[in-house]
Amino acid sequence: MCGSCGCGSESQLTTASGHSHSHPHAHGEHDHGAAARVLSLELDLLAKNNAIAAANRTRLQAQGTLALNLMSSPGAGKTTLLVATVEALADRLPIAVVEGDQATDNDALRIRATGAPAIQVNTGKGCHLDAGMIAHALDHGIAPESGILFIENVGNLVCPAGFDLGEAKKVVVVSVTEGEDKPLKYPDMFAVADLVLVSKRDLLPHLRFDMDALVANARRARPTVEILTVSGETGAGMDVWLAWIERTRAQLPDAA
Amino acid sequence: MHEMALGQGLVDALVEQSRVHGFAEVRAVKLAVGALGHVEPDALAFCFDVVSAGTLAEGAVLEIERPEGTAHCMGCGSDVTIMSRVDPCPLCGGFRLMITGGEDMKIRELEVR
Repeated sequence: MCGSCGCGSESQLTTASGHSHSHPHAHGEHDHGAAARVLSLELDLLAKNNAIAAANRTRLQAQGTLALNLMSSPGAGKTTLLVATVEALADRLPIAVVEGDQATDNDALRIRATGAPAIQVNTGKGCHLDAGMIAHALDHGIAPESGILFIENVGNLVCPAGFDLGEAKKVVVVSVTEGEDKPLKYPDMFAVADLVLVSKRDLLPHLRFDMDALVANARRARPTVEILTVSGETGAGMDVWLAWIERTRAQLPDAA
Repeated sequence: MHEMALGQGLVDALVEQSRVHGFAEVRAVKLAVGALGHVEPDALAFCFDVVSAGTLAEGAVLEIERPEGTAHCMGCGSDVTIMSRVDPCPLCGGFRLMITGGEDMKIRELEVR
């Protein structure tokens, strides 16, 4: 009997689907029609994305670019905050932005109006940016040397959480109009956050919003997370956010 | 629906493994999706069925194990098991838990021919 596929001396192989075919091979050197075998692996399902993300991270660090991945639900105010941030930093540092949306280049146009370069990535049916999309943007030379690359992810508090892009830090933006229980409803997202940026703080006087509860809920998802409150509209809290960016940039391994 | 991307990633990984290990057909896939992983197993199974059609893994049986989440409680110092990222420590009720396991999504075993 053939040791590889178990076929008999009459050289007939019965396949799983029940049909037979002749099997005139010389035993010892055949590889088709083999019997089922089991392979043990320990292969990360995100291995491909993570490998590209690691390469992105190496490229970004090599040129001293701080990359920040901004994630939030749609309408949390990421772009308004980014426009204010870019305007505040532009005379000090080279800044660029990758904008992720399912469709339109509205956000890239808003960034470009500040004078900073922006690439719009349209994900089509996709619900998140992945590392390959950022690699493509880097191929286009978007990352400013010794500067900051902001990556505005697709507005979605679920899917982007699992996809490393090669950024230095993940920033989760949550607006005060969304309710203080957002971190409990979307714990995967808040669990990966290095910084939670609470936006639209200028609206607080008009809302019943428990900031202490939001802070406690965010720390249930990630006990060590930093939390800042800002308003891109009025500029309140922007100084602390800008200081966080500067501090994070200074911690880059190859910061210029 | 990032499960579609993960399902496609799984099929891509199977195609790559078929070159490494020399097989033509995948009959069964055993995954380990940690209880704290970023994926809904039922949705992943559905998406895998869709994206594997017409590939070497069409019709493959997908089995998904769910390793439990583990964490270290910074409040009482215990190592505990949890089912969600926002669960309290089952021993002291505290919320300062550092996740130590159960986040991975791994391909464990393939039955191929």
